[in-house]
Amino acid sequence: MEPLVQIQDLTKNYSGHPGAVSNLTLELSKGKIIGLLGPNGSGKTTLIKMLNGLLVPTSGKILINGKNPGIETKAMVSYLPERTYLQQHLSVGEIIDFFTDFYADFKPDVAYGMLQNLGINPKDKLKTLSKGTKEKVQLILVMSRQADLYILDEPIAGVDPAARDYILRTIINNYNENATILLSTHLISDIENVLDEVIFIKNGSAILHTSVDSIREEQGKSVDTYFREVFAC
Amino acid sequence: MAWSLNADRPIYSQIVERLETQIVSGQYKPGDKLPSVRELAAEAGVNPNTMQKAFADLERSGLIITQRTSGRTVTEDVAMIQQIQKSLATEQILSFFERMEELGYDKENTLKLMELISKEAK
Repeated sequence: MEPLVQIQDLTKNYSGHPGAVSNLTLELSKGKIIGLLGPNGSGKTTLIKMLNGLLVPTSGKILINGKNPGIETKAMVSYLPERTYLQQHLSVGEIIDFFTDFYADFKPDVAYGMLQNLGINPKDKLKTLSKGTKEKVQLILVMSRQADLYILDEPIAGVDPAARDYILRTIINNYNENATILLSTHLISDIENVLDEVIFIKNGSAILHTSVDSIREEQGKSVDTYFREVFAC
Repeated sequence: MAWSLNADRPIYSQIVERLETQIVSGQYKPGDKLPSVRELAAEAGVNPNTMQKAFADLERSGLIITQRTSGRTVTEDVAMIQQIQKSLATEQILSFFERMEELGYDKENTLKLMELISKEAK
């Protein structure tokens, strides 16, 4: 089967920080939940921004469904950035209207259902919500699209453990079987049961790409424990 | 509530064991319909592909059967269920004997102690 994402010899140099991503080669298949794991400054967010066409690679190539990142791939990729970009003076409901206009694949009924389950009032203005609630709203918006690829940059860092469980269940229940989810996180132990595969990224390169169960089988330890060993400071 | 799974062993084999236990203990009875992969994956808090893999394993062993139209059911072969129950129980006992040996009890003394404790517990 044709991979969903092909990344070849991808490099990104910033002035002052050459090799933020360095000769990175990866393939992501369809229908997988994949963890992008690496210490701070390893290049996770730079890679994610290039996948979303927000940064231009210095060299190498990225193909998503055979297309370079751009207008066409933005219709296929649902992206949760590290930081919020939503207008704080709007209400949650107004933002849902905005997303409905903006994305052909956005399902408002799915979004309203999740808001209700998490007890979030659509009439509330974003600026009145707590940090964790804002993050939930943003994740709900991203997961309410019917995308081919979901890219979630630190999706659960700011929410409490109970909401984390709900969010993970939501991800399991909502994503379609052919869609792939790429998510970066530091909270490995919370999320590793949900992952098919993990990618370890170090100094801008992918040093490991394998399944969670093969790490457990071969190493006899959890991904979390293995990560701590590989990246021991 | 997600299933509590051990962190250092493959997830799918733990799911297989758990479903086997639920079947041999009669929580799922012979011929019962099982929840869908996705429902069970969400309940367990695991990836649907992992749950699928566990189901495939149980299908290979014959404990569950995939019906073309009506999802998956537990086998109606009671003899097979009993056989798997016995082999799971045997595993438990063997590993128990091993741990008792670490404590300095050979099989004979282990059995004596078990009888004693079993009487006292009545």
